[in-house]
Amino acid sequence: MKEKSIKFGKNVVTTEEFVAEGHSFCVGCGEALALRLACKALGKDVVVANATGCIEICTSPLPVTSWRVPWIHTLFENTAATVSGIEAGLKILMKKGKMPEKDIKCVAVAGDGGTSDIGIQALSGAFERNHDFLYLCFDNEAYMNTGIQRSSATPYGASTTTAPAGKLSIGQTTWKKNMPEIAVAHNIPYVATACPGYPFDLMNKVKKGGKVRGPAYVHIFSPCPTGWRHASDLAVEIGRLAVETGVFPLYEVENGRYRLNIDRSKLRPVEEYLKTQGRFRHLLDEEIAKIQEHVNDEYAKLKAKVACFAA
Amino acid sequence: MSRRVGLEASLAAAEAARMADVDVIAAYPITPQTHIPERLAEMVADGELNAAYIPVESEHSALSACLGAAAVGARTFTATAGQGLELMHEVVYVASSMRYPIVMTVCNRALSAPLSVWGDHSDVMAVRDTGWIQIFCQNSQEAFDLTLWAFRVGEDSRVLLPVMVHFDGFHLSHVTEPVVLPEQEEVDGFLPRFRYPFALNPDKPMTHGAFGPPDIYSEAKIAQEVAFRKSKDVIIQGFKEFGDIFGRYYHLVESYRAEGAKTLLLTMGSFSETAKIAIDLKKSKGESVGLISLRLWRPFPFEELRQAVGNAETLIVFDRCISFGGPGGPVSSEIKSALYSEKNRPEVVSFIGGLGGRDMAVEDFEYVIERGREIVEKGSKELFETVGIRGKVTGIRG
Repeated sequence: MKEKSIKFGKNVVTTEEFVAEGHSFCVGCGEALALRLACKALGKDVVVANATGCIEICTSPLPVTSWRVPWIHTLFENTAATVSGIEAGLKILMKKGKMPEKDIKCVAVAGDGGTSDIGIQALSGAFERNHDFLYLCFDNEAYMNTGIQRSSATPYGASTTTAPAGKLSIGQTTWKKNMPEIAVAHNIPYVATACPGYPFDLMNKVKKGGKVRGPAYVHIFSPCPTGWRHASDLAVEIGRLAVETGVFPLYEVENGRYRLNIDRSKLRPVEEYLKTQGRFRHLLDEEIAKIQEHVNDEYAKLKAKVACFAA
Repeated sequence: MSRRVGLEASLAAAEAARMADVDVIAAYPITPQTHIPERLAEMVADGELNAAYIPVESEHSALSACLGAAAVGARTFTATAGQGLELMHEVVYVASSMRYPIVMTVCNRALSAPLSVWGDHSDVMAVRDTGWIQIFCQNSQEAFDLTLWAFRVGEDSRVLLPVMVHFDGFHLSHVTEPVVLPEQEEVDGFLPRFRYPFALNPDKPMTHGAFGPPDIYSEAKIAQEVAFRKSKDVIIQGFKEFGDIFGRYYHLVESYRAEGAKTLLLTMGSFSETAKIAIDLKKSKGESVGLISLRLWRPFPFEELRQAVGNAETLIVFDRCISFGGPGGPVSSEIKSALYSEKNRPEVVSFIGGLGGRDMAVEDFEYVIERGREIVEKGSKELFETVGIRGKVTGIRG
């Protein structure tokens, strides 16, 4: 970690921890870092609903818990529905005078599988019903908790245990599902992408999403040393590379208006990102070129949206 | 002053939820349950009920939203039927295991395929072992009474368990009958405000739904089973309190002209009322018959069932569900196992009928009684027989 690149100011970030140490995340987990930062940005007046997955499993083995804020896990695919009930419940109890008025943010936490695969119906429903909640998708691009199985968020060319690279396959043969854009399509007030490699940007977006009245969605790119086959000290660097190559651009959509938060005049070659990870090491030049072309196209599309609907 | 009105069973259940002042309703429309959420949505829209109505996108989300609402301490209600109950199946287990006292009406419906929106008990049997208190209604009055009672029992701090109030799809859900509605003060006297002791609140952070590693899962599940069985005391107390206030007393097992009868018919749900007429006709001919109907399905009322059966020689059990490849109708196999340890147990005969909305007329129940006695006299190797179904099924052997 390059210490001088980290901005630090007294009272900028709370020293209070809301997810206690002693959890069982893998060494160097990008998701654990992102979660810690997100919770610091939100503070203590939250109720968190967590989908089944790495975060849930690593923080809650009975009879102990890492959570210092109210937290609930029920199932895998229903987190947006559970948080709908929490939000509606708190609101009506306050309205009926059955509990004191308080600004409590309802937060859903899920992985990419729990969001873009099995949980997408419940999430779409909760968006459409306009519940006042913040949904955080921690995207480590596969089912990591069950052992690196492919999801619809797995990128093209990545090798996973259920879409392995082999003599006849490059691994994942489909492009990553664009979940942030699916969220945008619901016309919700706030959508953003974030990455723990940019901690202040991440915390600002989570904070902003938490203040929105109505649904907010923050899609957090979460490097996974175990699943991506990279060294355990590289999560931050790989996250930054994903942004700098245009693989995972950082942007916000506020009330339909786009803003690119990191806009490099020239993107770094995607190969620099791919070569850091074992999951891509089987890729030949022609596949890398194909990925580069796709990244260029997607980035151009995003820039066009920014130009068309600037914040 | 209470008032007597004509009310469909579905609307009676909705009225009970209103008088219980529910905080959150989350429901998805499915025939034959629709009249319940429709009526509640209307009440909320008209300001007759101060509640949050969440029009979810599926039954899975309906019960999931109920989990969230109950977890923050809201009085929570939903209703479903058949396929809807199947879709929410995994959530049904979570509700009881996490001890959320949600009340759910189930308008009992057959299961696909072939698609059938009509009534039977297939949906009930699929959730038999989910750890919910399950009670059956026979008429619209009971739909009102037992919905109210369900909140009282489920929310009791000694219980904290969800309750399913079953009534037969169409045969009861869509039937208008006279219902006595109490005054709000009487309801408030019976049903105290829900104070959930473990509500999720930032002022006192708690963790709900941590996962159970092998060194703790077994103890957690056994503790749930112990608590579930103990709920029976509160169930009985709830019936007594209800009767003392409203004048209608309910029992875990209801007996009708059953005392001293040699042959007993056993039913569950609204068909019991048709069966009563068959019993009256048989009695008028001097036959020694009676009816018992199970009101409480879970936790199973073993003691009360044995008492109700008494010294009967023949017990004919009528099921509205098939247990494919199993020992007969699912109710009959429960009954057989409940009576197995008894020294003087009756011969138990299993009948299956009334599937997917097929009606059971009075004469069908008369046939069941006659044929049941004949089976016992002559003996039969069939595990069950059918009633009201075209064609004779034989060769169903254990």
